[in-house]
Amino acid sequence: MKGLLHTPYFTSLVTVLLLVVMLGLGGAAYPGLLSTQVIFNLLIDNAFLLVIAVGMTFVIVSGGIDLSVGSVLALSTMIAAWLLNVAHWPPLLVIATVLALGAVFGASMGALIHYFKLQPFIVTLAGMFLARGLCYLISINSITIDDPLFVAMSQTQLGFLGGFVSPGVVIAVATLLLAIWLAHATPFGRAVYAIGGNEQSALMMGLPVGRTKVLIYAFSGLCAALGGVLFSFYMLSGYGLHAQGTELDAIAAVVIGGTLLSGGYGYVAGALSGVLVLGTIQTLIAFDGTLSSWWTKIVIGGLLFVFCVVQRLMAMGQKTTNGS
Amino acid sequence: MSVSTPSSAPPAARLASTTDSSIVHSVLHHPLSRPLAALFLLLLVDFFAIPGFFHLEIRDGHLYGSVIDIVNRAAPLMLAALGMTLVIATRGIDISVGAVVALSGTVAAMLIGGTMVMENGVPTYVSNIPMGWALAAALGAALLCGAWNGVLVAGLGLQPIVATLILMVAGRGLAQLLTDGQIVTVYYQPFFFIGSGYLFGLPFSLFLVAAVFLITAVLMRKTALGLFIQAVGINPVAARLAGIRTATLIFFVYVFCAACAGLSGLMISSNIKSADANNAGLMLELDAILAVTLGGTSLAGGKFSLVGSMIGALIIQTLTYTIYSLGVPPEVNMVVKSVVVFLVCLSQSSEFKQLLHRRKA
Repeated sequence: MKGLLHTPYFTSLVTVLLLVVMLGLGGAAYPGLLSTQVIFNLLIDNAFLLVIAVGMTFVIVSGGIDLSVGSVLALSTMIAAWLLNVAHWPPLLVIATVLALGAVFGASMGALIHYFKLQPFIVTLAGMFLARGLCYLISINSITIDDPLFVAMSQTQLGFLGGFVSPGVVIAVATLLLAIWLAHATPFGRAVYAIGGNEQSALMMGLPVGRTKVLIYAFSGLCAALGGVLFSFYMLSGYGLHAQGTELDAIAAVVIGGTLLSGGYGYVAGALSGVLVLGTIQTLIAFDGTLSSWWTKIVIGGLLFVFCVVQRLMAMGQKTTNGS
Repeated sequence: MSVSTPSSAPPAARLASTTDSSIVHSVLHHPLSRPLAALFLLLLVDFFAIPGFFHLEIRDGHLYGSVIDIVNRAAPLMLAALGMTLVIATRGIDISVGAVVALSGTVAAMLIGGTMVMENGVPTYVSNIPMGWALAAALGAALLCGAWNGVLVAGLGLQPIVATLILMVAGRGLAQLLTDGQIVTVYYQPFFFIGSGYLFGLPFSLFLVAAVFLITAVLMRKTALGLFIQAVGINPVAARLAGIRTATLIFFVYVFCAACAGLSGLMISSNIKSADANNAGLMLELDAILAVTLGGTSLAGGKFSLVGSMIGALIIQTLTYTIYSLGVPPEVNMVVKSVVVFLVCLSQSSEFKQLLHRRKA
């Protein structure tokens, strides 16, 4: 037991266990909860969150934080809707533009953070304001998307294991796999972990700290924009109020997935379990029917609390065992 | 300018020899000079762009005018910024301010409510429980929130942004749970005094802000508390080794911040005569952080200025007022604010200053 407690993936393991227990208890209490389609719906409803959480994992592993992702998502839906409806651009060009803009937005924040030594949370906080503000500059109302490709993406049902998933899920899972490869099998990934562990050491080891940090925020911006594209497949509209507070959900998902908020340690795959836990909470509350939706917030807050405290206590415990 | 200085001396010597240059230097380098200049600039724009901006008149014994309006509306933000200043001075951050505002406003509104009864044939509203108790309960809820944050940051050593993130997520959920997601309307007349009452012709909220400000300023200036907080902000470990009870200090800073937010919540819910758990104090934490940074307090901790934060809050409210009055779409507000944050942060960055110097050289 003691050995298990000290294994590096302990919190990630706890999350998976938690997920299984939650689904098991839920399945026992509400027949039908464990049907394949309900599980797939978890993914369909949270595909955009998964993509954002993947980007956020890189940021948090590097010891930073990105509060702008929810707003960048909203801005992406807005720009996409505007380009499609008002400028009549072809849909694929629209998607490419939105993704590029997201990456550039993130990269600029990363540059401010690295080259001017500004704190990540204040820069991305300002970025959050900026992106939301820009949404309203485009339009204060919701813009409906009726582009055939987007509509097709929202309505297509890909049969899978007796149920169906949306194309958004396929894109999200592909992003997750790509990110796992990026984090664990490329020099970039190693640099991210090294920076999160100790930026000074990373610098002295000759790692490209500056370039990596800018790339991390660019990747997070790109993920947020991709999340925006998936969200607009899902909602078929662009709106400045879309996905308010999503940055907090993403951070919560990453933390619950077992990534240390102090940086340097975590698994990209944890983003999936974190997102699934959040999704399951929502599904359980929806299945119960008597609980109000704000219970979601309270439970997420509670889980965040438990995971932060466990992380902290484990860090303290490790310090004392090392010392003795 | 150059006319008054002796023309015989070479320019460089002339600058150095003039006696007033040291005064000019100290004024220019006073920490409050930049925020004050920004506020002055905004007011100047308002003076030219908005007719009757500085016009004040007395109606029913109350002072009315745009300036009074701005100061009155800035009051909740000023309170939140006061608490945030001390938190930031210890290198912390409290992003749960908005949630605490919602929670305290909700508690007060629910306990006061207002039931209509007939008194001598006149329908009047009475409070559910005595107002003093309701206000105490609301502030008590805020204090509990602060104690929670304080324990997480000072006791468990969580990063402040993470520790307060928990309450930010859950606090609003709790407030919504209390009200069932509904807006709770208050009918009890005396409660409105906090947010929209007048005392000696001036808004009552100003007196509240002034009182909290004075108490805080006296505590910081006349006791060693201010010094301790600075010491913790500059180097927590050194401060602890020097015998300062850093954990206790940090705990109380978060309690103080939440208490300020709670009072701010009372003011907001009294002003709108209801408690809106979904929207009350939304993004207030961001405005408070912005006000504190605008006021010259460094986000890296250590140096702080209470007066600066007050000026920062006034700048934000004046900016909002200006944007609305000039007929600019209100949506621009967020863009302008974010650009201001970027500029202020850049101006605090030593790397940026070096870059400018290199350009000049």
